[in-house]
Amino acid sequence: MKAKQKFTLDIWGLITLGIIGVYLLFLLYPMAHLMKQSVYDPQTGQFSMENFIKFFSKSYYLNTLLNSFKVSLSATFLSILIGTPLAYLFSAYKIRGKSMLNILIIIASMSAPFIGAYSWILLLGRSGVITVFFRKLGIVLPDIYGFSGIVLVMSLQLFPLVFLYVRGALANIDNSLLEAANNLGCSGLKCFFKVVIPLIMPTLLAAGLLVFMRAFADFGTPMLIGEGYRTFPVVLYTEFVNEVKGNDGFAAAIAIIAIIITTFVFLVQKYISNKHSFEISALHPMVEKEPKKAQKFLIHLYAYLVVSIAILPQVYVTYTSFKNTSGKIFVPGYSLRSYETAFSKLGASIQNTIIIPLLALIIVVLLAVLIAYLAVRRRNALTNTVDILSMVPYIVPGTVLGIALLSSFNRRPLLLSGTMLIMVIALVIRRLPYTIRSSVAILLQIPLSIEEAAISLGASKMKTFFQVTVPMMAAGIISGAILSWITMISELSTAVILYTGRTKTLTVAVFTEVLRGNYGVAAALSSILTVLTVISLLVFNKINAGREISL
Amino acid sequence: MSKILIRHAVKKYGDHTVIPDLNLEIKDGELFTLLGPSGCGKTTLLRMIAGFNSIEGGDIYFNDIRINDLDPSKRNIGMVFQNYAIFPHMSVYDNVAFGLKNRKMEPKKIQELTEQYLELMQIAEYASRMPNQLSGGQQQRIALARALVISPDVLLMDEPLSNLDAKLRLEMRSVIRHTQKEVGITTVYVTHDQEEAMAISDTIAVMKEGVIQQVGTAKEIYQRPKNLFVASFIGRTNILPAKVEENALLFPSGYRVELGSGQQMENQEVQCSIRPEEFVISKQGDEGIHGVVREYSYLGPNTHYAVETVDGVTVEIIEESSMEDELKPGQKVLLQVKKERINIFDRTGRRNLVRSEAHEG
Ligand SMILES: Nc1ncnc2c1ncn2[C@@H]1O[C@H](COP(=O)(O)OP(=O)(O)OP(=O)(O)O)[C@@H](O)[C@H]1O
Ligand SMILES: [Mg+2]
Repeated sequence: MKAKQKFTLDIWGLITLGIIGVYLLFLLYPMAHLMKQSVYDPQTGQFSMENFIKFFSKSYYLNTLLNSFKVSLSATFLSILIGTPLAYLFSAYKIRGKSMLNILIIIASMSAPFIGAYSWILLLGRSGVITVFFRKLGIVLPDIYGFSGIVLVMSLQLFPLVFLYVRGALANIDNSLLEAANNLGCSGLKCFFKVVIPLIMPTLLAAGLLVFMRAFADFGTPMLIGEGYRTFPVVLYTEFVNEVKGNDGFAAAIAIIAIIITTFVFLVQKYISNKHSFEISALHPMVEKEPKKAQKFLIHLYAYLVVSIAILPQVYVTYTSFKNTSGKIFVPGYSLRSYETAFSKLGASIQNTIIIPLLALIIVVLLAVLIAYLAVRRRNALTNTVDILSMVPYIVPGTVLGIALLSSFNRRPLLLSGTMLIMVIALVIRRLPYTIRSSVAILLQIPLSIEEAAISLGASKMKTFFQVTVPMMAAGIISGAILSWITMISELSTAVILYTGRTKTLTVAVFTEVLRGNYGVAAALSSILTVLTVISLLVFNKINAGREISL
Repeated sequence: MSKILIRHAVKKYGDHTVIPDLNLEIKDGELFTLLGPSGCGKTTLLRMIAGFNSIEGGDIYFNDIRINDLDPSKRNIGMVFQNYAIFPHMSVYDNVAFGLKNRKMEPKKIQELTEQYLELMQIAEYASRMPNQLSGGQQQRIALARALVISPDVLLMDEPLSNLDAKLRLEMRSVIRHTQKEVGITTVYVTHDQEEAMAISDTIAVMKEGVIQQVGTAKEIYQRPKNLFVASFIGRTNILPAKVEENALLFPSGYRVELGSGQQMENQEVQCSIRPEEFVISKQGDEGIHGVVREYSYLGPNTHYAVETVDGVTVEIIEESSMEDELKPGQKVLLQVKKERINIFDRTGRRNLVRSEAHEG
C-alpha cells in the first residue's frame, strides 16, 4: 500500500477538483434532487412521507420490488449455473470450434436484453413458431410470459458475463494446484467442487454482483415479456412516463427504494467477498486436455447446446428482418423492405447511435484515465472521494439515473432535457465505473519509476502523463474503449427515459417499434445493431490479438 | 557539476521516522556510495535527493543552492533505476533523446549529443531498436546514456546492477566506474552489496536504521571500522571478547598482547574484531590461543580454516597457501593476532578504541 499523500493544488489537484465538480453536478445533484422529490409534496410545499407510505401500503407496489428481487436472484443463480461449468470445460478441454463459440457467446452477451425477450416471444410466445409447431403435434408448451420468461431471457443474456469472468479467473489458476489435488486423490467433479470452485469464489461473487445489478435494473425484458408480472423498473418507468396519471414524486420514491436495495446488495457482496479474497496468479496455466470418448460427446453437446440457445434469438430476429410483413404480421416471402422502411423512417437513429456513444466514449476514456491516474498515483483524501463517487453509478439502476437527470435538468439555467448532451452525460456516468476499474488495472502494471525517470529528465507532470503514461496504457485503453462502445450502443434503460424524437437511438427505436408492433422494422434495426456490434468485436480482436475480453 | 550537502535531514512516513537526523557532504565529482542492509533507508535518502520523497526536516543543497522545494524536473538530476525504467514505447534513440527534447535544444544539437552518448555507452548500433528487443545489460546502458546525456549536476543510481546476472554485473560495474570518471560527474550510488561498493566507490557511507555509521574510503572502512556493526557488515570478521589491562590485550585463554606505546587504553572489557587474515597460525610455541583445526578448504591462492579455540568459539582464518601440507582437521594449533591490524571496540561495540587517522576529525 502506498502511503497517502497530502493534497496539493498543482495541475493534478485542479483536475481532481474539476472531476469532483462534474460528479457534484451530474451525479450528486440529480440524486439529491430525486431524494427531495420523493419526500416533497408539490401541493403543500412541505415535507411528506406520503409517497413512501403509499408504496409500502399497497401490496401491488411492494410486490413489484419482490418480483424484481426474485427474478434477479433466479437469473443470477441460473447464469452462474450455466456459465461456470461452460467456462471450466472451455479451460480444461479441447473443444472443436472453440474460438468461434467464444465469439458467439460474446455476441450473445452484447445485444440489448429486450431484443432477446422479443425474439423469444416470436419463438415461444402464444403464436410463436415453436409453440405453433408443437401445438400442431398436440403438445402444449409451458407459458413463456411472466416470471419464467423473464428469468429465461435474463439468464441467457447474462450467463456470458459469468463465463467471461470465470474464464479469466481459471486462466490464473496454476496447473500445479490441480495436479497437487489430483495427486492427493481428488479428481474429476470432486476436484471441481473442492478445489476449483473455492479458488474462483472471489470471481464468482464479483460476477454474481454484476449479473444481479444488470438483471435488477433491466427494464426492457420484463416490459416486453413480463405481462402481468411487473418488476420495479417497469413500474418506475410507467409512473414516470405516464403524463396523466403518473406521479413524479412517487416515481422518485420508488427510485430511492431501488437504490437502497442495490446499495444493500452491493454491501453484502463486498462483505462476503472480503472474506473470500486472495490473490492467485499462474506460472503454468491449466492445459487443455483431450477428453475421452463419452466425455467428449457430452462436453460438445453441452457447449454447442448452450451457445446455440444463447445466440438463437439474434439469429432468429435477423432472419425475420428479411421476411415480408403486412401490418403487424409476417407473411410468406422475403425482401429488404423492412430495411428500406427502417432507413427511410429511422435513419437518424442510426446516426444517433454512432454520434452519442462516440461522444460519450471520448469523455469516458479521458475521465477514466485521469481518475485512474489520480486513484493510483495521487492518493489523498480528495482523490479517494473521486474514487468512491465514481463507483456510485454502479449501484444506480439506469432507469433511476435517467429519471434523476431528466427531472434535475428540465429548467433553466440547467435546461438539458431533450438534448443530445443529456444522453451523452448519462452514458458517461453509467459507463465510467467500469472503464475506471480497467484503467486502474492497467496503470498498476506500469512501474512508477518510469514516470519518475521522465520527470528527472525534465519533463513536466502533464508531459510525463501524456508522453509516457498514456502511450503505455494505450493498448489497454483502446480495447477497454471498444467494449464500452459496444455496451453503449445497446444501452436502453436510460436512453428510453431521456430520448426525444431527435435523439432516438437504435435500441430505443427497436424498442418503440416492437411496442407498436412494427416487427419487421424492429427486426431490421436490431440486425443493424448486431452488425455494428460484430464489427466492433472484430476490431477489438484485431487490436487485441490473443488477449481476453474483460468487462 | 555539484557538491551535495545534506544538513539534519529527517524523513518520516506517517509517525514512523525512517531517517532521524542525517548529515552528509558529497564532494564534487566523486562516486559516493550509500551502503547498508535492506530497509536501512538508502532508497529513501536517494529519493529525497531526487525530489520524489518529501523532506520532513533539514536541508539539502546542491553547491550553495537549497533544493528542498525544487520540483524534481528542475533539479537537473540524472537517475538510473533498479528496473531501468526504460520507456518501452520509444526506440533506444528516443529514450536517450527524451531529456534533451524537454530542454528545448535545437534539433541538431540534440542529435549530436544523443549520438555521442549512444557511442559512449556502445549502443549506437541499436539506436533504432525498441527496448524490449535488448538484453538487460544493454537496457542498463540505455538507462545510463539517458541519464548522462542531459549533463546532470548529479547522477543518482539505486541498485542499478541488482537485476543483472553475476557476469554482467562485473562488466557493468566497470562500465559505470569508467564512465563516471570520464564524465566526472558527482554520483550517489546505492547498493547493499559491500563488495560492489568497495570496488566502485571513492567514498562509502555505511548506513544502519537511517543513521550514517561511517564515511570513508573502502580502505579506511575495512581497516578501521568505527564500530562493531561496520566491522561485521564490511568484509568477514571474528568477534572475540577480551580485556584491556595495563595497555595490554588479555584473551580469556590467557593469551596476552602488548598494545605498544602508540595506543593508550584504559582498563576495561572489550570486543575484538579480528579479520580472518589477521590471525597467524603456528603448530608449536607457547604464545597464543590454543585451538583445534575443524575444517579447511583449499581455494588456490588462499586456504581457509575453521579453528575451534579452547574457549569454545570457532574462528575463521585465511592463510596464503604454501607449498607445505595444509593443517588437517584435528591438528592442535596456536593462534596469534597481527596486533597492528586488529580493531578493539568498547564493550557495547559502539566505539573503536584503536587510535587512527581515519577517525580524527
Ligand atoms: N512509502 C513508504 N511508506 C512507508 N514506509 C516506507 C515507505 N518506503 C519505505 N518505507 C520504510 O522505510 C524504511 C527504509 O526503506 P528503503 O526503501 O529506503 O530501504 P532500502 O535501504 O532502500 O532497502 P533495500 O536495500 O531493501 O532497497 C523501511 O523500513 C521501509 O519499510
Ligand atoms: Mg532500496
